[in-house]
Amino acid sequence: MNTIAKWLASDADPAFRKRTLFGIGSFLLPLLVWSMVSYVPWVWHPKMEITNPGGVDFLQVGMLVDKYMFRDQVADMEKQHLAVPQGTPANPIYLPAPDQVAKALYNGIFNSPKDTDVPSMPASLWHSIQLIFWGFLISSIIGVPLGILSGTYKSFGRLTGPFIEFFRYLPAPAFGALAVAILGIYDGPKIAIIVIGTLFQQVLIIANTTRKLETTLIEAARTLGTRSFKLLTRVVVPGIMPDLYRDQRILLGWAWTYLIVAELIGTSTGITWFITQQARYQHFDNVYAGIITIGILGFGTDLVLAFLGRKLFPWDRTQDRS
Amino acid sequence: MTTDILPSYLDQSDAVRARFERIRQREVILEVRALGKCYRSAQGETEALRGIDFTVRRREFVCVIGPSGCGKSTLIRILAGLDNHTSGEVLLDGKPIKGPGQDRGMVFQGYSLFPWLTVKRNVMFGPEMNGRSKDEAERDALLWLDLVGLEKFADAYPHQLSGGMRQRVAIARALVNQPRILLMDEPFGALDAQTRAKMQSHLIEIWKNIDVTVLFITHDLDEAIYLADRILVLKAHPGEVQEVIEVPVPRPHTLGQFNSPEFRATKARLEALIHPESEGVPEDEQKVHPHLIRLTDVTDNVE
Repeated sequence: MNTIAKWLASDADPAFRKRTLFGIGSFLLPLLVWSMVSYVPWVWHPKMEITNPGGVDFLQVGMLVDKYMFRDQVADMEKQHLAVPQGTPANPIYLPAPDQVAKALYNGIFNSPKDTDVPSMPASLWHSIQLIFWGFLISSIIGVPLGILSGTYKSFGRLTGPFIEFFRYLPAPAFGALAVAILGIYDGPKIAIIVIGTLFQQVLIIANTTRKLETTLIEAARTLGTRSFKLLTRVVVPGIMPDLYRDQRILLGWAWTYLIVAELIGTSTGITWFITQQARYQHFDNVYAGIITIGILGFGTDLVLAFLGRKLFPWDRTQDRS
Repeated sequence: MTTDILPSYLDQSDAVRARFERIRQREVILEVRALGKCYRSAQGETEALRGIDFTVRRREFVCVIGPSGCGKSTLIRILAGLDNHTSGEVLLDGKPIKGPGQDRGMVFQGYSLFPWLTVKRNVMFGPEMNGRSKDEAERDALLWLDLVGLEKFADAYPHQLSGGMRQRVAIARALVNQPRILLMDEPFGALDAQTRAKMQSHLIEIWKNIDVTVLFITHDLDEAIYLADRILVLKAHPGEVQEVIEVPVPRPHTLGQFNSPEFRATKARLEALIHPESEGVPEDEQKVHPHLIRLTDVTDNVE
């Protein structure tokens, strides 16, 4: 607490401090809403958790019933002069409180599961990360050069553009069955879905970024004696590098979106399997923990990449703003 | 305003006449013969340039001036090899030009420095592209940065420099290739008046000390007279040479000459050529009719 107060009083750049405060606030605000819904009994809480079933036959301790049904039962029992059921307001099972999710998150990461049949969260996540890595790498190896070439050479762009534009509208999950038929049921089709989902957007976005490179730079290079291929390697590629980097950051986010679909294809694996499996057992705290982990991982990666971007491209002013 | 009668811009003092005589003795660097350029667009054919004829001799400083849309940028882009011409020919040292080449350096109006390279690497770019070793390129680059007074900024990035400094780097980057002719497309157009004046005299100093011929495009009449030996005046629709003026102001040019009779006579002639009374307002401007109503208190007058 003292350190925070000191930090607030320090003469750090006020604009930076304000930005940091708002950044923290943007996370605290939803957490506050969640906590209110979870801990304040008169906010929402549409259910009653039975603590004493009283004279009602079908109620059991720990059962969740709708409030109106509980009221009906109370009235009914009073009419019959039997013991009234008792209970406390509760939220539906699909909305665990923040502390439960935090506990699940902690246990998921630090305590290995007792039940070996259920994969641990870190193991599931690691599998997912590998899928993303290979999917995004394969997509980039094809997509980045294609994008740069279509952006640089008009005729190449016209040759590839329309087909890619068409293919972009084919939803990647639609290829699921086909991918399984061709690549088997394990990781092959999953990586293929991530590639299909990312690649075509990637080509178009990078082609567009390449086209936006200042023509004066290319013309200046030409008047300085730069010829065809060197124009590409010495001017176009370094010129678009910061924007390309930014595009890749956005596309990596898309790859995560396709991951969830991809992991449901063939044999379910990875974090998606963890999440669906936990949902099946109604361990919703684990479900939230899994979802939040994806968020933390994705956002964390992006923060790291943004930081690296500023180090890699000190000459690019726009990096500072992203 | 002084009302005294100006001499004709064609009157040259003996010294000036002798100087032009000496220039005419020098060999021709650039020869443009019956140059024409047509654009084909959806609206049909537009003739941007027609029958441009002129020669530039070694170490001559030629300015090209004309109203907007006269094709002066198209002309310099053709000379640089960035655009194709559709008729006539352009000879550099007697040989027709084919595409861009290091024998023609170009300085653009916009900031054309490579933002990802330091100032030094920007200047090294040309020599490296032309097969020089890195050491040689670096040595040349440092020499040229010293010449434009930016040796202290060798490791800075372009975005850290002011507009004038960036154009100095652009000049160094073009000159390090030792071009036969330096093509400048309104290079000081984006600079403030003070920096622009400084850059003009700096350019003159460079030109005096280095074997380079300059073709300089501008829309600023004062700039053209201050810098040029000869001024090529273009007219618009289509772009044609209207007149080639030999500037009668004796060299070396100084800022004090802006009020000299020769200077004012030349400027009056240029003004008459570029903004004739009949078409004082450019074509696209004529379509603009502001409809100004009083939006402030009628008693609240500023004049």
